[in-house]
Amino acid sequence: MSKLKAAVKRRDIREAVEKSLEARKRRNRRFRLMGLGAVITGMLLLAVMFASIGSNGYSAFLRTEILLDIDFDPAVIDPDGSRGADVLMQADYTGLVKSSLRNYFPDVKKRKQKRALYRLVSSGAGDQLRDMVMEDPSLIGSSREVWLIADDDLDQYYKHGKGQSRLKEQQIYWVAMLEADGRLRKVFNTTFFIAGDSREPELAGIRGALMGSFFVILITLGLSLPLGVAAAIYLEEFAPRNHWTDLIEVNINNLAAVPSIVFGLLGLAVFINFMGLPRSAPLVGGLVLTLMTLPTIIIASRAALKSVPPSIREAALGMGASRMQTVFQHVLPLAMPGMLTGTIIGMAQALGETAPLLMIGMVAFIADIPTGPLDSATVLPVQIYLWADSPERAFMERTSAAILVLLAFLVTMNLLAIWLRRRFERRW
Amino acid sequence: MKQPSIIACVGVLAMITGTAMAVSRDTVYIVGSSTVYPFATVVAERFGKSTKFNTPKIESTGSGGGMKLFCEGVGVRHPDITNASRRIKKSEFEKCRRNGVRDIVEVKIGYDGIVVANSIEAPRFNLSRRDIFLALAKQVPDPRAPESGKLVANPYQTWKNVNPALPDYRIEVLGPPPTSGTRDAFAELAMEAGCMTFDWIRQIKDETKKLNKSGDKQQAKALKKRYKAICHGVREDGRYIEAGENDNLIVQKLGVNPKALGVFGYSFLEQNEDRIQGSLIDGVAPEFELIASGKYPVSRPLFFYVKKAHVGKVPGIREYLAEFTSEKAWGEEGYLVDKGLIPMSREEREKYARDAKELNPMHF
Repeated sequence: MSKLKAAVKRRDIREAVEKSLEARKRRNRRFRLMGLGAVITGMLLLAVMFASIGSNGYSAFLRTEILLDIDFDPAVIDPDGSRGADVLMQADYTGLVKSSLRNYFPDVKKRKQKRALYRLVSSGAGDQLRDMVMEDPSLIGSSREVWLIADDDLDQYYKHGKGQSRLKEQQIYWVAMLEADGRLRKVFNTTFFIAGDSREPELAGIRGALMGSFFVILITLGLSLPLGVAAAIYLEEFAPRNHWTDLIEVNINNLAAVPSIVFGLLGLAVFINFMGLPRSAPLVGGLVLTLMTLPTIIIASRAALKSVPPSIREAALGMGASRMQTVFQHVLPLAMPGMLTGTIIGMAQALGETAPLLMIGMVAFIADIPTGPLDSATVLPVQIYLWADSPERAFMERTSAAILVLLAFLVTMNLLAIWLRRRFERRW
Repeated sequence: MKQPSIIACVGVLAMITGTAMAVSRDTVYIVGSSTVYPFATVVAERFGKSTKFNTPKIESTGSGGGMKLFCEGVGVRHPDITNASRRIKKSEFEKCRRNGVRDIVEVKIGYDGIVVANSIEAPRFNLSRRDIFLALAKQVPDPRAPESGKLVANPYQTWKNVNPALPDYRIEVLGPPPTSGTRDAFAELAMEAGCMTFDWIRQIKDETKKLNKSGDKQQAKALKKRYKAICHGVREDGRYIEAGENDNLIVQKLGVNPKALGVFGYSFLEQNEDRIQGSLIDGVAPEFELIASGKYPVSRPLFFYVKKAHVGKVPGIREYLAEFTSEKAWGEEGYLVDKGLIPMSREEREKYARDAKELNPMHF
């Protein structure tokens, strides 16, 4: 009897287990599907974002040029024949472009029509000619065909068609004539990478902003890496555990979550108003972003130090190494990949930051390319913000193109972080 | 060890260069209105290209923020010029004087129209300022008895409710937030004017003026507060949508939603004429000539202010003024007009160009 009972009981348990097993497996599958769904949704959104920015922005990497016969008339450029640099610098090169356009379209007589005609060529075309003449004064007196930068309205029309441009019927007719003669072309937009900011979209570039970002990041890295690592080493390896260090730790964790604009306000009060450093300078930007990234770096570095097993320290101490030798010769090299990862992520965060820079005057129109950390400068995200707010339609694609460049930098930095971790990380 | 000494070096270096920088500056430093920013930057760029001076640095801080920085004092740390989309206030002028900024040169540069626009796919609106007030105010006079002096929460849901001649669209207006100068000007020029078409509200304003004259400042202030609350208060039930400071965003949203209207500066209309159209206001279209002649009712003057004490100390200020006030910049066919500035009349241009040349300080 009791045997039978036991068998029944066993079967019950088995059945019960089998029943619940099905439910457990289902739950397991559901959870995995949900996780996969979350990842796919995330990837899809990311793909949509990249596709939208990319499709908006790629056309900014091309620019439209017009081929015109330019007569480098000595009577206009250098009436005295002195060839002095000042004379060549000040000459009316835009006049040369205008007369070339008049020659090409001899029917255009009315003043208003002429203005519409001149508007096909960028206001920077004159500067292009000036640069050519300054480089090679022997051009004066000759006549040759020159590819000149087209105005943004023509550029938008040529790239995207009628719906995207402000060109009038008459101008479209002229453009068709130029095109029929093979006098229009699209080339790689070098201006975008070598020019500073400009209010003419076809002349605007990101070089100034890139240099600004470079100086800012240089200063941020140069200050926050040694400070952050030193602070982390002291707190983790040397500092006694007491209320004071607890307080410091709480504060550091807190600072990591403070909105970044607060650091901008602090920078304005301390670095500009109190220390008298120049407004809009990458130096101040770097100092402010150092304050912002320090907590991130300290927390990451401490985590990296913590993950080095105590056996390493004990072995070194047991062999007679001093505390400092232990830390610098054994612990630090093992913790370095983690620290660098944290630093790079902090730098990527700093690279994309605008809010604190608003307070210290880096949100500004700065056309000259900065040559040092004390020159006025702006940074890449700020440039994006300023362009997004400009009325000219052609700035829209430049905004997207600048975002692409910024994204490329961020992706590179994050890949570097991943690579460093893979390459040097040791697991225990 | 090594690190602290590096940090100390950088710190000391920073201090030294900081004080060195404070002694002189070779770039003109301009702050102020985001409405004037697109014009000032064009002038600055041309100025930088065509002269031996550096391109001026222009920060877009808003009119109020610019005045604050400008009036903080004299010295290379403070801006030389501030742009404004309104005239300097008496309180700001006095603050300037208190901080030692005595001689300020006022230069009016032209006008900016504020437009109410929609997509070209929808019919063009013909609005009166009274319509604008009724459609957007938080509280309106009771529709059943408009002159009774009774206010009710804005009951209008469609434009047809407001004025039977308008389309039967839900009221949906995208516009700037309260921090924007454009919003201030819009409230003052469009909504307040519409508000004043109600006699009893107008009487409050007249009363305020009378009290001000008779010297009862406190009572006047209370009344002013009352009519400002009525006339400038914008409804918060989702019919007016604050779209941020980015006017491009408003233009894009209008393209997607043809039934919505947007409020922004004329230059954005001019750049997007193929997508959007400006509504007639009191029967006048927001067109270049009509704004320039003052017929279009919602337009405001733009200014910049120069610190006379800085002229001669910072190189290039005088030359920048000359560039800005030249006919090729702000004239009827100048390059600023291409960017959407509405020029002043010839006499006004001559007056302000003379003021800028001779650096005649302004008086209040």
